[in-house]
Amino acid sequence: MTPNAWIQMGLFVLVLVALVKPLGAFMARVYEGQPCGLDKPLGSLEQLTYRAAGIKPDQPMTWKTYAVALLLFNLLGGVAVYALQRLQGLLPLNPEHLGAVSPDLAWNTAISFISNTNWQSYNGETTMSYLTQMLALTVQNFVSAATGMAVLVALIRGIRGKQTDNLGNFWVDLVRSTLYILLPLSFVLALLLVSQGVVQTFSPYKKVPLLQPVSYVQSTISAAGKTNNKTVWVKHQVLPLGPAASQIAIKQLGTNGGGFFGVNSAHPFENPNPLSNFLEVLAILLIPASLCYTFGRMVGDTRQGWAIFAAMLIIFVPLMVGCVWAEHAGNPKLAALGVNQSPSALMSGGNMEGKETRFGVTDSAIWATVTTAASNGSVNSMHDSFTPLGGLVPMWLMELGEVIFGGVGSGLYGMLMFVIVAVFIAGLMVGRTPEYLGKKIEAFEMKMATICVLVPPALVLVTAGIACVTVMGKSAIENPGAHGFSEILYWASSVGNNNGSAFAGLGTNTPFYNIAGGLLMWVSRYFLIVPTLALAGSLAKKKQIPVSSGTLPTHDALFTAWLVAMVVLIGALTFLPALALGPIVESLHLWH
Amino acid sequence: MWSQCRPAIAVFVILSAVTGLAYPLLVTGIAAVVFPWQANGSVLTNSAGKPVGSRLIGQYFSEPKYFWPRPSATSPVPYTAYNGPLGDCGSASNTGPTNPKLFASVQRRIKRLRVADPTEKGTVPVDLVTSSASGLDPDISPAAAFYQVQRVAAARGLAVSVVKKLVEHLCQGRDFGVLGAPRVNVLELNLALDRLSSIQRAASQGPR
Repeated sequence: MTPNAWIQMGLFVLVLVALVKPLGAFMARVYEGQPCGLDKPLGSLEQLTYRAAGIKPDQPMTWKTYAVALLLFNLLGGVAVYALQRLQGLLPLNPEHLGAVSPDLAWNTAISFISNTNWQSYNGETTMSYLTQMLALTVQNFVSAATGMAVLVALIRGIRGKQTDNLGNFWVDLVRSTLYILLPLSFVLALLLVSQGVVQTFSPYKKVPLLQPVSYVQSTISAAGKTNNKTVWVKHQVLPLGPAASQIAIKQLGTNGGGFFGVNSAHPFENPNPLSNFLEVLAILLIPASLCYTFGRMVGDTRQGWAIFAAMLIIFVPLMVGCVWAEHAGNPKLAALGVNQSPSALMSGGNMEGKETRFGVTDSAIWATVTTAASNGSVNSMHDSFTPLGGLVPMWLMELGEVIFGGVGSGLYGMLMFVIVAVFIAGLMVGRTPEYLGKKIEAFEMKMATICVLVPPALVLVTAGIACVTVMGKSAIENPGAHGFSEILYWASSVGNNNGSAFAGLGTNTPFYNIAGGLLMWVSRYFLIVPTLALAGSLAKKKQIPVSSGTLPTHDALFTAWLVAMVVLIGALTFLPALALGPIVESLHLWH
Repeated sequence: MWSQCRPAIAVFVILSAVTGLAYPLLVTGIAAVVFPWQANGSVLTNSAGKPVGSRLIGQYFSEPKYFWPRPSATSPVPYTAYNGPLGDCGSASNTGPTNPKLFASVQRRIKRLRVADPTEKGTVPVDLVTSSASGLDPDISPAAAFYQVQRVAAARGLAVSVVKKLVEHLCQGRDFGVLGAPRVNVLELNLALDRLSSIQRAASQGPR
């Protein structure tokens, strides 16, 4: 690995860590209802929303009301996204006259975007009108992220509540997350991205001449069954445009990941240069990482937040180094053909299939790790063409349950489930009553936490199994051998953990994959949110026990290491057999 | 449950209007004033003001007198950015690292380069024989450009040193010396080559 690769990784981690406290503290102020500096420009809009909706901001909600409000809002979003796709041909802002999206694809996309997964079985530039991109997809980029953040805040209120039913008000958490956190950050990032060359316009697609016209042979079969070959000259190129920057900003900040264009952040109009790449990849982890500090602030002990942050970082960094290393090592079979893959001052080198020159292998591998650590799923290179071990890293990060930073809100509330499991097992081992932040962990809490920890792996493995033994599943495979199995396993891991990235060779725009994927995304999002809120409600009702000599500290290095061990062990035990059949056996094929 | 219906509808409508209409409109408005060139696709123009392509979206070159770009997996021709609602757009090969198709493609590309310039016998820079993620990659590595200098110079009747100097002039290092990878924009390079050739032609044909 080159010195530059180490410097780039170090720089990324350094800048991220430096931003955690300022943004985390800001978000804590937003959720505590304290002045945050944006009250002047946005406060009246917030108050107007409450008045129009008949919301009393200080009205408390029980966990059940909170869950009902959340599910209703998400359901409404799903219906709107579905309807806008089906009706886009009749609606304005459709300069390319794109027709209605097919029903199974529209269902898949609707669930994909409300569940913060943003799996895409389509290419944006050939499928979605400008209006659909904005009013259906950009909106869900915001509110699905805000939904995750609201659930986290409700859980925090449950943890620190003292014999109460009150988890706060969903509408307030949703509106404040959107207006005070996501909107201002997106606005700034969108303009920065435009300055670098990300497109932002309502003009129709633009035709430009080619410097060197290109020809191809078009074969048509006549009615008589004769094949006619005709040479066609292509003298122009059509540049797809649209209001992309405004969507890409929130796509990264909200850990959504759905591309405006088909090839996502590899498209030069989404991610034109290394600086835009750095801003976008930083934006992916910015909020999930900072929420750790927000958590610490809100439970009154910032050390608790840093301990969780440290556990995430300890798992993240070695995996990032591993992925960068694997991609730098390149493909031995290409070296044998006379290809130079050695990194130098004149080229990135390494495994460049499916990667962009301006990013090289280093920025591509950093991105792949970040986008799957967070449940973002945008890609700036094609994971399907990664080396086997380079591809194993993003796959396994998703399979860990999207808790290494994870989605905005959802990553931390997922990690808190692991914390509860860790506390419980530690308590069993030393014979103490398990407790976390002054709350006893009992049977009900353990049941809910176990559901959250085990449902996604079960979904992923069972669905991948079904896809592997059915014709509908297997016919979508692009690459032969062990890699074909990896494609299916990656797909299930991605939709089953609300990530959205893909081994994109798998042709998933079929009724089987669209419908099964939609179901998986739906279950893995909402069947975890409801138990999480139930757990929050149960914790809120409990007495706060004072810290005693019998309390297991949850802010020190020992607990951090224990938490890391829990996440890694559960993730490894569940997925090692499947990974052995996919990337591990492929790696052995490649190198021996 | 019904008591949450009105807030759900009202909040959804208001947040949709703010994040799905007002926000993109505002960003578009500011972009149109402050960054009009970038916001509309970074289109390069020639001396007559006519568009000649986007600086960010690569074009395909196959003639020996031009520098060749990365292989592209788009259809019907390489570097198709959009080909109608049912057509292709930017795309990748998605071939895996052990797929025989990958090795066959790479072998074919190496052969084409060797046939075009039999004097160049060194190993081939990897980015010149592997397809990009977008199928629209505007850049090649400086190594890939230097690999082609001999061929381009011969096809144009230019001195190798002149073409080499042009490549060196257009090479971009890492951003801030750290980010990304070194690269050369292929369209810019080929436009500059055409200009250079026409100047040379004018000089040799012009009155003494």
